[in-house]
Amino acid sequence: MAANSNDFSVPTVQLLAPDGTFAPNEAAEEFVPYFERLTDADHERFYREMVVIRRFDREAANLQRQGQLALWVPSHGQEAAQVGSAFATRPQDHIFPSYREHVVGKMRGLDVVDVLRMLKGLTLGGWVPEENGNFHLYTLVLASQTLHATGYAMGMQFDGATATGDPERDEAVIVYFGDGASSQGDASEALVFAASYQTPQVFFLQNNGWAISVPASRQSRTPFALRGHGFGMRSNRIDGNDVFASYAVTAKHLDDARAGRGPALIEAMTYRVGAHTTADDPTKYRLDADLADWVAKDPIVRLKAYLENRGVAQSFLDDVEQEAADFASDARKRALEVVAPDQDVIFDNVYAEANATLVEERAWFEAYEASFEEAQS
Amino acid sequence: MTMLDAPVDTQTLTLANAINAGLRRALHDDDKVVLLGEDIGTLGGVYRVTDGLQREFGARRVVDTPLAEAGILGTAVGLAYRGYRPVCEIQFDGFIYPAFDQIVAQVAKLHYRTQGAVRMPITIRVPFGGGIGAAEHHSESPEAYFTHTSGLRVVAVSNPQDAYTMIRQAIASDDPVLYFEPKRRYHQKAPVELDGSLSLTEPMGSARVVVPGDDVTLLAYGPLVQTATDAARAATADGISVEVIDLRSLAPVDYATIEASVRRTGRLVIAHEAGSQGGVGGEIAASVTERCFSYLEHAPVRVTGFDVPYPPSRLEVHHLPGLDRILDGVDRALGRSNSLSELEAGW
Repeated sequence: MAANSNDFSVPTVQLLAPDGTFAPNEAAEEFVPYFERLTDADHERFYREMVVIRRFDREAANLQRQGQLALWVPSHGQEAAQVGSAFATRPQDHIFPSYREHVVGKMRGLDVVDVLRMLKGLTLGGWVPEENGNFHLYTLVLASQTLHATGYAMGMQFDGATATGDPERDEAVIVYFGDGASSQGDASEALVFAASYQTPQVFFLQNNGWAISVPASRQSRTPFALRGHGFGMRSNRIDGNDVFASYAVTAKHLDDARAGRGPALIEAMTYRVGAHTTADDPTKYRLDADLADWVAKDPIVRLKAYLENRGVAQSFLDDVEQEAADFASDARKRALEVVAPDQDVIFDNVYAEANATLVEERAWFEAYEASFEEAQS
Repeated sequence: MTMLDAPVDTQTLTLANAINAGLRRALHDDDKVVLLGEDIGTLGGVYRVTDGLQREFGARRVVDTPLAEAGILGTAVGLAYRGYRPVCEIQFDGFIYPAFDQIVAQVAKLHYRTQGAVRMPITIRVPFGGGIGAAEHHSESPEAYFTHTSGLRVVAVSNPQDAYTMIRQAIASDDPVLYFEPKRRYHQKAPVELDGSLSLTEPMGSARVVVPGDDVTLLAYGPLVQTATDAARAATADGISVEVIDLRSLAPVDYATIEASVRRTGRLVIAHEAGSQGGVGGEIAASVTERCFSYLEHAPVRVTGFDVPYPPSRLEVHHLPGLDRILDGVDRALGRSNSLSELEAGW
């Protein structure tokens, strides 16, 4: 039987059933101890992050529709995959995102307005990774960042900053990419290098079903999780809409990576409920039934049911709603206040050292601009 | 005893050995320097440029990589993020294209994208050019792809002393540098001063007057500097005084040195192995024309490889600008009788 990238016969780690029942399946057994590290407060944190980012996501899309952003990249539907994996990182870890991992950045300390500033066309990223929880820049050339992550992880090895046996100190890398990016040569090369040097690294592949308009089945005849084995690394498929599976499996593989047991690949089965970006119209290529099927497996509804079954206070749920509204409103307000940098900035930081060509061009431009002021005066 | 009083260690080295000595010095001086490439470790590189370095500095400093150029450059980006100074070897010019995306879209831009927070002190060593009778993809001159990309510096070396000094300068630079090595000159020997402090040497961006002259300015870089020097010597027999300038840096270009020469000679010839379309020579011809038009006695002349895919190596002698084609260019710049008719007359 020909395999298919969406073939669900591949063992898929799931701890939380779609109805919110905690029922780890067979594939989840080895990961349950990692789930057991979590406290009730952690469960609530997951819920809070997921609700807040979804509300923010909607607000950002609104900002784009109102002409305030050039583009928005929605993350609706992928919150569990992102929140669970981000929570599994430790402060010393480095995160290489693709461009849809807004909540991962937020949880690492990035101000989401930095993302809005970029999509408003005022920066090309602009944040300093080391000052933002080691959350590196978004990479729009798909899969380029997988190699950067692998190189960074090699640097950790060169520095002796990993595999010392102290999990509080040992460093690791997690890199996010998707089903579409997996077809890029860079992704394969990163997997080759990582396996070859046994880098302390987790490849977190969010299979959200679609690379703009092209289904995951066009990218791969084989489930992505099986590819990891081909490259020689541990590999798991998880239910990407189960935040506990995302946390537990990522935590295990990051811990193993830190301990010197090499890289791993995680394929998180999830769904891009929204458009690829605000420039996209998914009704042209997607079936309504498919969407409905995935909406029924919504990661937030699932976790909410779990919390309610465990008797969470209504006041907590209400507080989270309020916090989400406040967060989105604050982001909106600050996004509107952001101003364009001075035009001279275009010449800054092209090079670290003085460059004769740019010195000349900049001087010419300044004289040119000044000539208008003289003409007016 | 000051640095200047120190005994100078001068050795006669081939150009390849001079690069090796520069790499060894850089590895010794800065433990953040790491070498990445295919076959550079145990083998010491297909041209032996890295010979013995892995034995001396270990497999963590001199890294044999999987066979993947994008992988080499992409992981170098990650290492640079981590504070390393990666020196990547591209085995042959024609194999740089798989790494092109990482070089122009990532390496060149990350300092800019991070508003200066992240530096990319990556050196990319590229053996380039023809004249060695090699197989396809082993004789190309891809420098113009990179001079066109802002954020990159591009240099080409022509002799053992520059090879030694400039590899150290490239590695010490906080900007990414494409370092082109003229593979047909790898075995050319010359005395090399090995003790120089980088702070005492000329900046990497400067051009160098190799042969002073008064009638024509002749620019070349990499493998053609020797050919241009030979041409200048031959022209002397005809009573023509040619000033040969080794560009050394292709991006940025040292226009001050070129302009000073052209203002005296009024005539400019630019020679390179790469084809003329969109090339380094065209850019310099346009810029020099803009900068010192009124000093020019003749339109700048380009002497280049043809705009064809690199031909089979048995035919490369017809493709590459040799001494005669360069002299022909000098003649044209002087407005002398059309050299093409002289070709027909049996040049």
